[in-house]
Amino acid sequence: MDVSPVSKNDSPVQEDSGLLAPGTQAPDFTLPFAPHQALSLSELRGKPVILAFYPADWSPTCGDQIGLYNEVLPEFQKFGAELLGISVDSPWSHKAYTEARDLHFRLLSDFEPKGAVAKQYGAYRSANGFTERALFVIGKDGIITWNYLSPISVNPGADGILEALENLPK
Amino acid sequence: MTKLKVPVSSEDHVQGPETAEVTLVEYGDYECSHCALAYPIMKRIQQHFGKRIRFVFRNFPLTESHPNAEAAAETAEFAGAHGKFWEMHDLLYENQPRLSGALLLELARKLQLTPAALSQALEDGQFTAHVRADFSGGVRSGVNGTPTFFINGYRHDGAFDFADLLQAIDEAIGTTSSSARG
Repeated sequence: MDVSPVSKNDSPVQEDSGLLAPGTQAPDFTLPFAPHQALSLSELRGKPVILAFYPADWSPTCGDQIGLYNEVLPEFQKFGAELLGISVDSPWSHKAYTEARDLHFRLLSDFEPKGAVAKQYGAYRSANGFTERALFVIGKDGIITWNYLSPISVNPGADGILEALENLPK
Repeated sequence: MTKLKVPVSSEDHVQGPETAEVTLVEYGDYECSHCALAYPIMKRIQQHFGKRIRFVFRNFPLTESHPNAEAAAETAEFAGAHGKFWEMHDLLYENQPRLSGALLLELARKLQLTPAALSQALEDGQFTAHVRADFSGGVRSGVNGTPTFFINGYRHDGAFDFADLLQAIDEAIGTTSSSARG
């Protein structure tokens, strides 16, 4: 990916896509993943993290992005990576969706203030009121190493994530 | 354009000559209804292009949503180990509405394979690694659902009805005959 080098201390630099660029420190956040439980990104320091912003729960099934990631999870885990889904849906929606689809990874709720974390990452669609379909891979040190902005209706697959995980410093 | 990362090899199940102008690779799941829709279309495509096409099927079972998909994929591989992969592949799609553990044994019997040997192979996971390898290769090649097709190594992102595939394959043939194959 064509990215101009940035130092860790620079303020967030954005690429043309508007997403936070590789080389940037991933902004920390704390979001609920269940009605009464929350997770901070900083808790996962020391392992690679995949952030998958997606527009909404309950999108059509059979080959949808979240369903695919649920299948591919063992491949991500080979790299010791933690996958987090993020949308503006409420924790109650995430809970029902997780149970209905038997998802094995956490979905975070960027619900209040709506889309605040997505905005920090440059992954919010103000016109629609939901998040972009955007992917980030964050290294063990908390630095973003890869990002990808997918057309909103296109499943970005998992190949880019796996390549980015392979390219992480060992 | 998204490219196939795992080239077609002797590990694959192939119909059609190696010298074919077009290689069509399908990543499919025996329990996926869209794949069942694609099945007769593949037959028509193969009929239409004859020896000009080589068809390859690889496993991409979505086991989280399809409880019988993994066992079905391993059953096809079991049949393949006895030289009957395509017979089993066809029977699985033709009988998809009845897919179950019992059906797998019934189909094995129908192909004169030993149901007890199939049960053992499934229990021992004899073909699990093969199916997993197909799946991993697919994920790395950008397979993001089923069915996903690759035409001469490039993912086909359009629809998979007969007319769309026909056109995409014709275009691929046009490209290969007018420029060096890469």
